[in-house]
Amino acid sequence: MTRYAIRRILWLLVVLLVVSFITFSLMHLVPGGPWDREKQLAPQVIEALNRKYGLDKPFFVQYGNFLLGLLHGDLGISYSYQDRGVTQILMQGLPITATLGITAFIIAILIGISLGMAAALKQNSWIDYLSVLFSTIFASIPGFVLAIILMVVFSVILHWLPTGGWGSVSQIIMPAFALAALPAAFIARITRASTLEVMHQDYVRTARSKGLLERVVLIRHILRNSLIPVVTIAGPEFANLVTGSVIVETIFSIPGIGRLFVQGIFARDYGLIMGSVLFYAFVIAIANLVVDILYGMIDPRIRYD
Amino acid sequence: MAIVTNTTTGPERPHHTLWGDAWVRLRRNKLAMAGGIFIIILALAAIFAPLITPYDFAHQDYTAILQNPNAKHWLGTDGLGRDVFARLLYGARTSLAVGIFTQLIVICIGLPIGAIAGYSGGKVDNALMRFVDVMYGFPDLLLVILLKAVLGSGIYQLFLAIGLVAWVNISRLVRGQIMSLKSRDFVSAARAMGGMGRYITWRHLLPNALGPIIVSITFNIPRAIFTEAALSYIGIGVRPPTPSWGAMIHDGYDVIFASWYQVFFPAIAIALVMMAFTFLGDGLRDALDPKLRH
Repeated sequence: MTRYAIRRILWLLVVLLVVSFITFSLMHLVPGGPWDREKQLAPQVIEALNRKYGLDKPFFVQYGNFLLGLLHGDLGISYSYQDRGVTQILMQGLPITATLGITAFIIAILIGISLGMAAALKQNSWIDYLSVLFSTIFASIPGFVLAIILMVVFSVILHWLPTGGWGSVSQIIMPAFALAALPAAFIARITRASTLEVMHQDYVRTARSKGLLERVVLIRHILRNSLIPVVTIAGPEFANLVTGSVIVETIFSIPGIGRLFVQGIFARDYGLIMGSVLFYAFVIAIANLVVDILYGMIDPRIRYD
Repeated sequence: MAIVTNTTTGPERPHHTLWGDAWVRLRRNKLAMAGGIFIIILALAAIFAPLITPYDFAHQDYTAILQNPNAKHWLGTDGLGRDVFARLLYGARTSLAVGIFTQLIVICIGLPIGAIAGYSGGKVDNALMRFVDVMYGFPDLLLVILLKAVLGSGIYQLFLAIGLVAWVNISRLVRGQIMSLKSRDFVSAARAMGGMGRYITWRHLLPNALGPIIVSITFNIPRAIFTEAALSYIGIGVRPPTPSWGAMIHDGYDVIFASWYQVFFPAIAIALVMMAFTFLGDGLRDALDPKLRH
C-alpha cells in the first residue's frame, strides 16, 4: 500500500512536469505576446520588457527558470496584474474555486446517492420514475447550458437570484447547482443500478435471514457495497466538475481560478495561464489518487501491489 | 452495411448478424429512436436551411432590433437585427460540422495509436499508454482552449483543437478491445494461416471492435459540440459572423435582461442536441452489447 502510494505520487509529479512543459511550449507558440496593447508599444520598450522578464532568453532557459521558481512555490509574475505575483493571485482565487467546487460536489453526491438509493429501494414507484427522469435529462446537459437556463429562469424572469458575483449565499446557489446537476445525474444512475444488483445478492439475504435489523442490513450491507462503483466514478466526475467551473465561473463572473485562466488566455499572461493549468491538473490528479486509495478502503477485495 | 459480411461466420447459418440484431434492439428503444430521429431532422434542417427560412444568418436589419418572437421573426431578432431562427438553423450546421469533423480527426489519431499499442504490446504499448495517461491528467477543456489560442481563430482550427485533445478516449478503448480480441481463436486461426500483423488488425481486430468504437464516437460527438459552444461563448471559438449557438449565447448575454430569448433558445438547442446524442449513444450501447440478449 505504501509502495503503491509512493509510486502514484511520483507518477503525479511526472504528469505535472509534462503538463507544465506542454503548457509552456503551447504558450510560447501562441501568436502575439503579453505586451500587445491597443496602442502599439515602441520596439525598444518591448525589448526592454522582454529583457527585464527574461523573455529574451532561449526557450529551455526560460522553462528551467520557471521550474526553479516553482520549486520555491513561486509561479512567476503576472503581466496583467503588475502589483502581485501569480502565486498570490491564484491564492486569492483558490478559496473561491474550492468553495464552489466542493459545494457543488457535495450537492451532487447528496442528491445522486439519495435519489439513486430511494429509486432502487422503491423500484417502479413514483420516486423511481422521478429519479430515472432526472438522471436521463441531466446526464446530458452540461453545466454551462444549465447555468444559462437557470439564470434566465431565476434571475431574469423570477428575480430571485443575482446573475453573478461572489460573496453571498444567494450567489453560490445557481453556479453550484449548474455544476452539480450532471454528476448528480450520473451518480444517481450508477447508485440505482448497483443498489438493485446488491439488493439481490446472497449475502444480503443471509444478513436478513440471520435476523439483522432492516436498518443494519441497509447501511452495513447494501449501502456499503452499492457505493463501490459510485466511488470509482467520483474521481473523474469531480475532475469534470472542476474543469467545468472554468466556463461557469466566467458566466457568473466569479473571480476564481477558472476565470483567471480565461483572462490569462486573452491577455497572453503566461504566468497566469501556467499557474491555473497546473492548479487544475493538480486537483484532477489528487482527486483520482484519493479515489483509488478510498476504493481500496471500502472494497477489501482490492489489493495494491 | 458492408461490415455485415465481415462478421457473419458460417454460410449455412440463418441470417442473424450482430448488426441485424442490434438494429432490432435499437428500434425497440423509444428514447434512442427519438434521439436518432431528432438528429436526422436537425441535420436535414441544417442542410436545407435556406429553404426553411427566408432570412440570412448574417443579414442585419437595423429596423428590427431585439424583437420578441413574432409572426415575421419566429424566434425574434438579436441585437444587430439578425433573425434568431435563421441563426439557430445555420448554427446547427456549425454544431454538426464540429461533431463530425472532430470525430474524423479523433478516429485518424486515436484508432492507429490504440491499435498499434494493443497489437504490439510490450515497450511500444507502454510508451504510448504512458503518453495517453499524461494526456488524461491534462484538464481537457483547458488544453482545448490553449490549443485554440495557438492555432488561431477559425472553424478548421477549432476542429483540430478539439480533435487533438479528444482522441485519447478512443485510443484507450481501441487498445483494450484489441488486447482482449487478439488472443481469441479466430485471430489465432488467421495468424496460423499466415496473416500478417497489419492484415489481422484491419481485417479481424478492428471490425470486431467496431461496436464499442461506434458507441464511444456517439458519446464524443455531443462533447465536441458542447466544447465548441463553450469556446465560442468565451469568445475564442468560431469567428463572427459564422453562426454558432455558443456565440449566440455570448452575444445575447449582454442583453439578457432586455431579451432573455437571445440566450435561452440557443441554450435549449444545445441541451436538445446533447440529449439526442446521449439517448442514441445509450441505445446503441445497449443494442450492441452481446451480453444483453433480451
